[in-house]
Amino acid sequence: MLNQNDAPIYEALQKFKRMRVVPFDVPGHKRGRGNKELTEFLGQSCMDVDVNSMKPLDNLCHPVSVIREAEDIASEAFGASHAFFMVGGTTSAVQSMIMYACKDGDKIILPRNVHRSAINSLILCNAVPVYVNPDVNNQLGIALGMSVEQVKKAIEENPDAKAVLVNNPTYYGICSDLKKITEIAHAHNMLVLVDEAHGTHFYFGDNFPITAMKAGADIASVSMHKSGGSLTQSSFLLMGEKINSDYMRQIINLTQTTSASYLLLSSLDISRKRLALHGKEIFAKTVEMAEYARSEINSIGGYYAYSKELINGDSIFDFDISKLSIHTLPVGLAGIEVYDLLRDEYDIQIEFGDIGNILAYLSVGDRKQDIERLISALSEIRRRFGKSKAGMLSQEYINPIVAETPRKAFYADKISLPLDETCGKICTEFVMCYPPGIPILAPGELITMDIIKYIKYAKEKGCSMTGTEDINIERLNVLK
Amino acid sequence: MELWFTERHTPNVKFSIRVDRQLYSGFSEFQRIDVFDSKEFGRFLTLDGYMMLTEKDEFIYHEMITHTPMAVHPNPKNILVIGAGDGGVVRELTRYPAVERIDLVEIDELVVEVSKQYLPTTACRFDDPRLNIFYEDGVKFIRKCENEYDIIIVDSTDPFGPGEGLFTKEFYGSCFKALKDDGIMVNQHESPFYAEDASAMQRSHKRIVESFPISKVYQAHIPTYPSGHWLFGFASKKYHPTNDYNGTKWSMLGLKTKYYNPRLHIGAFALPNYVEELLRDVE
Repeated sequence: MLNQNDAPIYEALQKFKRMRVVPFDVPGHKRGRGNKELTEFLGQSCMDVDVNSMKPLDNLCHPVSVIREAEDIASEAFGASHAFFMVGGTTSAVQSMIMYACKDGDKIILPRNVHRSAINSLILCNAVPVYVNPDVNNQLGIALGMSVEQVKKAIEENPDAKAVLVNNPTYYGICSDLKKITEIAHAHNMLVLVDEAHGTHFYFGDNFPITAMKAGADIASVSMHKSGGSLTQSSFLLMGEKINSDYMRQIINLTQTTSASYLLLSSLDISRKRLALHGKEIFAKTVEMAEYARSEINSIGGYYAYSKELINGDSIFDFDISKLSIHTLPVGLAGIEVYDLLRDEYDIQIEFGDIGNILAYLSVGDRKQDIERLISALSEIRRRFGKSKAGMLSQEYINPIVAETPRKAFYADKISLPLDETCGKICTEFVMCYPPGIPILAPGELITMDIIKYIKYAKEKGCSMTGTEDINIERLNVLK
Repeated sequence: MELWFTERHTPNVKFSIRVDRQLYSGFSEFQRIDVFDSKEFGRFLTLDGYMMLTEKDEFIYHEMITHTPMAVHPNPKNILVIGAGDGGVVRELTRYPAVERIDLVEIDELVVEVSKQYLPTTACRFDDPRLNIFYEDGVKFIRKCENEYDIIIVDSTDPFGPGEGLFTKEFYGSCFKALKDDGIMVNQHESPFYAEDASAMQRSHKRIVESFPISKVYQAHIPTYPSGHWLFGFASKKYHPTNDYNGTKWSMLGLKTKYYNPRLHIGAFALPNYVEELLRDVE
């Protein structure tokens, strides 16, 4: 009987290495011998396990042995009825769960402040979005969770919708009332899909907000590579009881590579083992560092590192205290400006900065001395660059007006217009700051003066904007 | 029996001292601490295997990092020392009767304890009533200080390991804020000789130049440090290290030193061309 001490993929790879099998298969680098420079850069041990699917190592597209076992152990660790190893990032997990729930023309209820991967999948499967506008905290300027009343209203107005997607927690650490939303959705025969990209640690640490699986949600996408410590691009897709995992595998295989990387697979396996065995200590340490950083940052003056005091019982139902989100506007600097100063002046790279906030990503890999540096650098930025708050835009979120489905707008005939001439037109592409990758405009949405003003302000403050065909975002593609 | 301590100065250069016996070895929360005894250099302290001081040549380092700023500032009363758990800087500072307060911030309490027990030549003035010891990260301590000190002496280890934060811009900026309007900061500035040390030296010089209006570098010869050619940084809000220097006044104090003297003070700021060039590159 396998348990959380086992890591079947990892163990199979170790065994495989010892067998010294002669490779007359792909990859052509042949354990790195054919590409010395790459081997020197990545290390021999990396190249040794960059191998193809084969009998002793199983096959991700149709797992029957070690990958199957690893999936079973992982599902136990997450409290899911099944867990898929994903090698196309959480993006592929989010897209798979939407394509599972929605066919051509089906409605899906979702908050508008989702990651672009969710809206992308609407383009792929032609689902029709029913947006629930998130609550906005006007002081911080950030979009919050979904309010239960608003979700209920959307469900009642769209009884034919197939699923509700919840983004939980948000990038900033804000959680919705997942349990109640799930109850209401299930009462109306809708599936509950959770983008849990930022919530891996909820499954393994103490005192964190409720997990999607525990709340009874049907499918959840979990970015193991974010707080879980696996390699970039590796992730888990978790199934609740009602889900047909065999059909889900077919959906995943529509877009998944047939040459899944064993580096990614083993990193998921090893990281799951580590968290299942030591997650409680690991995340207790992370939270302790976050709490310390918050109290020190709040004593600098100006900055506001927020936490559970924001909880309002609804759109901020809970808060992830391992997140270090900091409001910067009272210092007279946009989040993105602080983000740039930290890197350019102090050699500190944080996760993102937007109009009014920054997010420093903490994990067990952090050292106390680096936390001290971050706090001191923020203190110095305030001393050297702080100014009056006047004239700072605070709004992070503008309610969109959806005029067309994303798919129709994306594939329609379009013309390119200078930004200033696009007011009143329907956009056919994404505009977003990355990170966090939450669209300001998505295909099919009406362009308003507020949105044009926001794009210009974000560009002026130095946000790195992406999504448009025009690299400089001076022109937008709109419906003809 | 042949027992040798060896430190790698570069991937291709090693420096060894024949050890008579090992006096102490232990781990703190931050690092490995060892004390050895040797025929040539007497007792010596290493942290994570890197040479910190030997009884034979520590006077050079401690005199140069302490008397240089103390002789430039006309009236130093409040002094902050960061690092320096071996007690060498404190020993030199306590020789000045006019000093009113010495705050010592050392991250690793065990370094102080081990020094007290095994290095009596440096750890000999920890009982001075003007001394306050704080066991915490210097980066954290200084963040909360404003307009408090006349002189800050940064006696750091290396720009990697527990002392890493003491080579950062946020730290130098906090020192600027912690100093009074005519304050001086002096720091251990690495060596210009081997490539890796030289680039660390340039990085910290750049950060200090960006933080202080006056930023100069001076040198000393320290046999047990890599290449033996060592630098110190002199960063100041008001006083120039040589133009505002009154050697006679310092001599009148009658302090007996083995390395430092007023002529050497002026000379120490005269640097070899290649060092001048390294510094100019980042100014």
